[in-house]
Amino acid sequence: VQALLQQLIIGLVNGMVFALIALGYTMVYGILELINFAHGDLFALSAFFALTLLGFLPWAGLDGPQTALLIAGVIGATAVFGGATNWALNRYVFEPVRTKHRMAPMVTAIGASLVLQNVALLWGGLPLQVFGMGHAAAAPKAFFELVPHTNVLPEGWGVVLGARDVMVLGVSLTALALVWLIVHRTSFGRAMRAIAQDPIAAQLMGINTRGIIGLTFALGGALAGVAAVTYGLYIGTIHYQMGYQNGLYAFVAAVLGGIGSIGGAVVGAIVLGLVRALSDQYVGVRWQPAVLFSLLIVVMALWPTGLLGRGRREKV
Amino acid sequence: MTLDGHPVSHNLRNAASTGLRYAACLLVAALWACTPQGSGPQEARIVSSLVRTGSANAQTGHIVRGIRLALAQAQWRAGDVALSYEDWDDASTKKGDWDPEVEAANAARAVADRRVAIYIGPYNSGAAKISAPILNRGGLASISPVVTYPGLTREEVGELHEPRVYRPTGEITFFRVVPTDDIQGAVGARWMRAMGGRSVYVLDDLQLYGRGVAEVFSASAKALGLKVVGHDSVDGRAQEYRSLMAKIREQDPDWIYYGGTTQTNAGQIIKDAAAAGVRAKIMLPDGCFEEALIDAAGAHHANERVYLTFGGVPPEALTGPGAEFVRAYEAAYHTRPDVYGVYGFVATQAAIAAIAQAGGPQRQRVRQALAQVRQEDGPLGSWHFDAQGDISRSTLSGNMIRDGRFVFLTLLDAQADAEATPLGE
Repeated sequence: VQALLQQLIIGLVNGMVFALIALGYTMVYGILELINFAHGDLFALSAFFALTLLGFLPWAGLDGPQTALLIAGVIGATAVFGGATNWALNRYVFEPVRTKHRMAPMVTAIGASLVLQNVALLWGGLPLQVFGMGHAAAAPKAFFELVPHTNVLPEGWGVVLGARDVMVLGVSLTALALVWLIVHRTSFGRAMRAIAQDPIAAQLMGINTRGIIGLTFALGGALAGVAAVTYGLYIGTIHYQMGYQNGLYAFVAAVLGGIGSIGGAVVGAIVLGLVRALSDQYVGVRWQPAVLFSLLIVVMALWPTGLLGRGRREKV
Repeated sequence: MTLDGHPVSHNLRNAASTGLRYAACLLVAALWACTPQGSGPQEARIVSSLVRTGSANAQTGHIVRGIRLALAQAQWRAGDVALSYEDWDDASTKKGDWDPEVEAANAARAVADRRVAIYIGPYNSGAAKISAPILNRGGLASISPVVTYPGLTREEVGELHEPRVYRPTGEITFFRVVPTDDIQGAVGARWMRAMGGRSVYVLDDLQLYGRGVAEVFSASAKALGLKVVGHDSVDGRAQEYRSLMAKIREQDPDWIYYGGTTQTNAGQIIKDAAAAGVRAKIMLPDGCFEEALIDAAGAHHANERVYLTFGGVPPEALTGPGAEFVRAYEAAYHTRPDVYGVYGFVATQAAIAAIAQAGGPQRQRVRQALAQVRQEDGPLGSWHFDAQGDISRSTLSGNMIRDGRFVFLTLLDAQADAEATPLGE
């Protein structure tokens, strides 16, 4: 029972990090039907930004509340960085090709992904004290351990819920609540949902679709920034290629939950996190991808639009 | 008009011009072929194919400096033969590590260049499996200062058809100056037992090197009475191993043995073991013996907890000519060599001796001369290549991480281990 509980905690915490990334995929897909392959790499690049920023901040010797404040500040700054970068990507990279051949945005997204990955590689090679002087650009970079591993549960329980796990849950739940409020309680959110439903009708109703699409990219990028800091503090290591695997998992989560559905992305990410953890415990670590993707195939076969996805009626 | 819209006369002009160019090339080639070869001063080229992009670059930098130092000490000559050297990268940015396509291209390029007499490298066992047959068909001898996969040279410890698949011509062209994994895995198990270990959880990264060394370790550990409480293969590119570590904590072993490298996340494994509250010590093979491991794991997680076997002797344990090498290296590069520097140096010394004996870059003669190379009282002591191309000397060392750096603990005797567990021999 203890082993099961422990794996449920690990799966839930990992799932929440994937959810933050998955939302970026699903929101952009929801309004443009574009799979933004560059999103995972934006997440990785944001992690390099956060580490660099932390390298310049005088965090040593801070007490608990001060550290929490510092983390909140870094999360905010990284969210701005991620949001601005994603907005700029849309404005200067995706927007010009949107009206071209239908394959153009997808191929452009793949290209943007590789460019961002190489920027992260270049960044990791900068002679900054925070990366360790003289170390290779492609080497993993140690992130600051600002949050301890301390178990917040009583020792006798035999289950560890570390302060880091609590931090991940706190940050991700706050971010998800904010996204929910923005999407469901603001005029921007209403406009976004209107575009997702019918972009032409939305435009005819006077909605500035171009501006809303840009803001949606910015919101997705900001979430990638939040995920990057959370991930760095939780895992303790960042790498210029980490966007690929995390992006893949987040994308799978978005598809599992129903791509285009915000609630679906969160549910998909949590299911994915739990399946990974339980598979490691009860099947074997090496079979984890097989278990995970078999589940995806089964879900796709039974519910082609994902767990919470709604089928779209084809108008003829 | 042709199909692509060009006037026919234009195409004819192009064809004529192409024909003339081919004719000119043939003429130049024929004249070059008729020139007496072998007259005048001989030249030979040594090339190295190592991972020069990615975290392994920290280690390969020391190997390349070792190569350059040996060449400089020989004044870039092997007897009457003038030597040149090229430092090639077998990694790609895309992979951030060695790339099979690049390694194959490097081997083909070396074979095609008749001036190349010796190929030093590669750095990875997987890369050696790819380049070894290409070099063998080209008759070009290679010396690896790092590669430890046993199946590259020995039949009894490899997979089916190994090592024949790497020697399609039947000639021995792959040589190495480091002991093989089977010895390292077995020595690791013996050392763990000697340190009082009773139970161990074995992990591997599913790679040729990592899985190979972990399997030998596992078998040796069982033979020595160590209880192997679990064996899992992990994805060396995974972002974290929290679930795995929770599972290991349940088993509460004395030790974790990870057959893997820094590039396949040994640092993250150490970090996650600490995060999960696993109390076991961790033993790693020499693929993790680099500063990047301490950076990735965080010194405070690795100190007094991580032990490493190394298929050779670290600089601080070198004596006599070995210590002289360390002094010369420090004088030349103003930095201390890492553990592999001396192997690059010794591999190059062997290459120089073989080219000098052969009197030029003629591959068959170089190959035969290399097989006969014997070093008496060199930086690694006295050694020669055995009939399969392996180094005859197998002194290993046991090291640990303390105060954020590698500390040499003891020399490990491969022969004593071989007697205890007959896997390696």
